[in-house]
Amino acid sequence: MAMDLKNASFEGWRRENGRMGVRNHVIILPVDDLSNAACEAVAHNIKGCIAIPHSYGRLQFGYDLELHFRTLIGTGCNPNVAGVVVIGIEPGWAGKIAEGIAASGKPVEFFGIEQHGDINTIARASHAAYRMVKHASKLKKSKAPLVDLWVSTKCGESDTTSGLASCPTNGNAFDKLWENGNTLVFGETTELTGGEHLVAARCRTPEIRAQFQAMFDRYQRVVEANKTSDLSDSQPTKGNIEGGLTTIEEKALGNIQKIGKKCIVDGVLDKAEAPTHPGLWFMDSSSAAAEMVTLCAASGYAVHFFPTGQGNVIGNPILPVIKITANPRTQRTMSEHVDVDVTGLLQKRMNMDDAGEALLDCMLRTADGELTAAELLGHREFSLTRIYESA
Amino acid sequence: MTIHFVVHDEGDSVGVVVVEGLKAGQPLTGWIMDQDKMIEFKAVNDIPIGHKLAVRAIANGDTIIKYGTDIGKAVANIGAGEHAHVHNVKTKRW
Repeated sequence: MAMDLKNASFEGWRRENGRMGVRNHVIILPVDDLSNAACEAVAHNIKGCIAIPHSYGRLQFGYDLELHFRTLIGTGCNPNVAGVVVIGIEPGWAGKIAEGIAASGKPVEFFGIEQHGDINTIARASHAAYRMVKHASKLKKSKAPLVDLWVSTKCGESDTTSGLASCPTNGNAFDKLWENGNTLVFGETTELTGGEHLVAARCRTPEIRAQFQAMFDRYQRVVEANKTSDLSDSQPTKGNIEGGLTTIEEKALGNIQKIGKKCIVDGVLDKAEAPTHPGLWFMDSSSAAAEMVTLCAASGYAVHFFPTGQGNVIGNPILPVIKITANPRTQRTMSEHVDVDVTGLLQKRMNMDDAGEALLDCMLRTADGELTAAELLGHREFSLTRIYESA
Repeated sequence: MTIHFVVHDEGDSVGVVVVEGLKAGQPLTGWIMDQDKMIEFKAVNDIPIGHKLAVRAIANGDTIIKYGTDIGKAVANIGAGEHAHVHNVKTKRW
């Protein structure tokens, strides 16, 4: 019997701004690479919070800096986060990020290391983290309709089974969620190459189509300006080729199966930008797994669908990543990374509606708190997108 | 019954091997997904899981069709039943 999505619900945390989260993380967020050590020390001191170290945040400027701020602020605002401690080498940019996160209404405190040193900063920030975890642990879950769940998608280490089965499974679930009125996103701009006309044809209005096309064309110019070959070994990746994918066009046509047969592209987003209404959004983004999933988390998505062929192992610090595979070798050799096994599709032991519902069922269990493979294995990849070199 | 390879659409020039250890000469059962038809075939080469099998003869320079869509061009003649991959198929982009 088909799932009744209109009456489906999940239990999560209703945040101050009304958004529903499915995890209750307190995060210790560095502004810059220099502050990673202090953040990790705080997360070591206070149990129940996580540090999110990264490599950037110094001497960036212009649009690249704007994206850095937007990604960190968006990460803090994500509804899977209950509270945030921000640490920077100096308090100016730390305060700017804290101010952005505070607009969501959730608790946030910030600290600068200069004129205090690591030890004093770690002590003060640990007191803040202590209060915040105490606060988060007291928050009660509440029931919400499925429509309040924001779902993102991006596939990785794809192979030919991705296009045959795991991406169409994602597409089947996305069609159902889209009809239900959920807020969805896909992206991976260069990975649409060869199928971009199919996405353009799915855009709701001529204006949205023109915006999509401009994003696609801009990214093609980046490839054209910087390539030293036809990108063989990068796009498709070595893993893609091992899995049988030969060209970017073939990879793209498999990738596009993720948006199903019915979904319409209701709008486009810049990187880490938050959607303003329900529907399916296209986000102009890298196709590298950790970068794209990090951007989805920063846009406010609460659960992520990740079809994989050869077995990408990615997770995210705050966004539960649900892995789907149709490759029997991957299922045989690395099943601890797989949440939804759809290998039966390739032997006609399972039909596409059953596969889509198996994914939706896993999504609801994940939303209710069941841990994903990536969470159990400690995958917390957080990877910031850079546009150009620092000053 | 084991399905050895899957073809997206009956107009496609290639199918995908979905079992491990496929050997040259082995009788194969294929499933054409979109039309839900079964076909019988033989592979000329050993082909790894996930890799493509030409389901008809393809001439050097021909467009390769998969999903009913252009996925690149042949850069060598590819016989029916042969392994089609980076050694004989290239992108038309970039």
